[in-house]
Amino acid sequence: MKKKLGILGLFVALLTTFNSNANSDKEHVKDHGGEVDTKEEVTEYILHHIKDAHDFHLFSYTADNGERKHIGFPLPVIVWSSKGLVTFMSSKFHHDDSGQHIVNAGGTNFVKLHSKIYELEDGVTELQFDAEHHPTNAHKVLDLSITKSVFGILVVALLMLLWFGGLAKQYKNKQIPTGFGRILEPLVIYVRDEIAKPNIGEGKYRQFTGYLLTVFFFIWISNLLGLTPFGFNITGQIAVTAALAIITLVIYTFKGNKDYYMHMLWMSDAPWWIRPILAVIELAGAFLIKPFSLLVRLFANISAGHIVVMSLIGILITMKSEMTIVGSGLLSFALSFFITLIELLVAFLQAYIFTMLSALFIGMAVAEHDHHHEHDDHGNELPDAEDVRADFI
Amino acid sequence: MEQLINDFSPGLFAMQTIIMLVLIFLMVKFAWKPIMNSIEDREKGIKDALDAAENARKEMQNLQADNDKLLKEARAEREAMLKEAREIKEKMISDAKEQAQVEGDKMIKQAQAAIESEKKAAMADIKSQVATLSVDIAEKVIKEELANKDKQLKLVENMLGDIKLN
Repeated sequence: MKKKLGILGLFVALLTTFNSNANSDKEHVKDHGGEVDTKEEVTEYILHHIKDAHDFHLFSYTADNGERKHIGFPLPVIVWSSKGLVTFMSSKFHHDDSGQHIVNAGGTNFVKLHSKIYELEDGVTELQFDAEHHPTNAHKVLDLSITKSVFGILVVALLMLLWFGGLAKQYKNKQIPTGFGRILEPLVIYVRDEIAKPNIGEGKYRQFTGYLLTVFFFIWISNLLGLTPFGFNITGQIAVTAALAIITLVIYTFKGNKDYYMHMLWMSDAPWWIRPILAVIELAGAFLIKPFSLLVRLFANISAGHIVVMSLIGILITMKSEMTIVGSGLLSFALSFFITLIELLVAFLQAYIFTMLSALFIGMAVAEHDHHHEHDDHGNELPDAEDVRADFI
Repeated sequence: MEQLINDFSPGLFAMQTIIMLVLIFLMVKFAWKPIMNSIEDREKGIKDALDAAENARKEMQNLQADNDKLLKEARAEREAMLKEAREIKEKMISDAKEQAQVEGDKMIKQAQAAIESEKKAAMADIKSQVATLSVDIAEKVIKEELANKDKQLKLVENMLGDIKLN
């Protein structure tokens, strides 16, 4: 209990820190954290939300003296610029997201535009745009910041280490875990028995369960965290899903056996002149289509979920004039409540699908095709469970 | 598509990859390995216990079958013993009967033999007595003859006619 109070205290302290840094610069207020009162502002707010952010922003309000206050805390910005590695706190941008506020750090100048950090060319004092609103006198930098998503990833990682590390520790003293571990253990067994074992095969699943379990719980907890009012959108970042999909790609590419590559590059049961064509298709399937399907499915589902939930919450504002605040509030609550229930299911489902498909792809790469077969009376090979599985995948 | 590529942040990608790899490493080392080992140990333990219970059940069954078999054997043996005893009894009775018969026959024969010899003895005796009597009669007749020869003769004749060999 004391520990929890301590964490809560730290959190409150962080929030207040940010509050004292709160920006009252009225000219930038519109860009980020400004009042949301029209359809356009709702749309912009939603689009802003599904992007990554450089600070942890919970909500904003207008104080009695007309000052706009932001509740949240800044996160460290780490960028690789032309002058080397530069770090500073995101509060230096003063919530500016339109590229107007220039931050001087590490001997060079930075601006933030639509959640991206640009380094201004030498001697430039103001960002200029071309017709399509792209900056002309600044360039992107490698942004290794602890952004909101990275912060969320770290939170998820920490939670996983705490929960499952705790579960692992429980087994030292007893056979059956108690407390929260009792909930986690069946989930672990579920992933092993329902995802890893049937898709990879009895003999080989063990070496991949570590990855599958990690990726399953990472995606699931991230998805669930995205449904909390903290406003994380970790698995809705295409970079995050791409990283996960590429890890799966690397695993099945390096663990693939001879059968897998033979089947991919020179399919023995097809006419010879089709084989090169098939090889091209198979190569594209293995190295592009499979990882792309993994990363886009997760990204699109979670992003769509966030947009739908936020749009339904937005009904509160957009329908205010037609239905009065009570009517639009009730409508928005009812709709967003039920869609959130569906999103809870989607959170699990997407974690399951990603893990299941990863297991399936790994299973295809490591499957044994010419193992010992039982023979029937006429000397024909009898298909066994392994073949059925191989045919199925 | 352009929007998608523009939204792709290489920095976030790098961070996610690094954190994920570290997380996989840490989770495997500190969570999944011990958890999996414990769960598998436990499952093996449960399976062993079930197997042991099954074996014990089978053993019990075998014991029961053995017991039943022993009981059956004992019952059969008792039956056999009873049967034998009954046979022995019957045989003894029939033997005794036979022996009694034989003995009886023998005694009857002996008695018959004794009777025969007695009869013979009696006959002999009678014959000797008859002879003696005859002699006596003859003597008396002879003595009488001296008085009445015809009467004497008639007497002899009568006497001889009266005496019958029995």
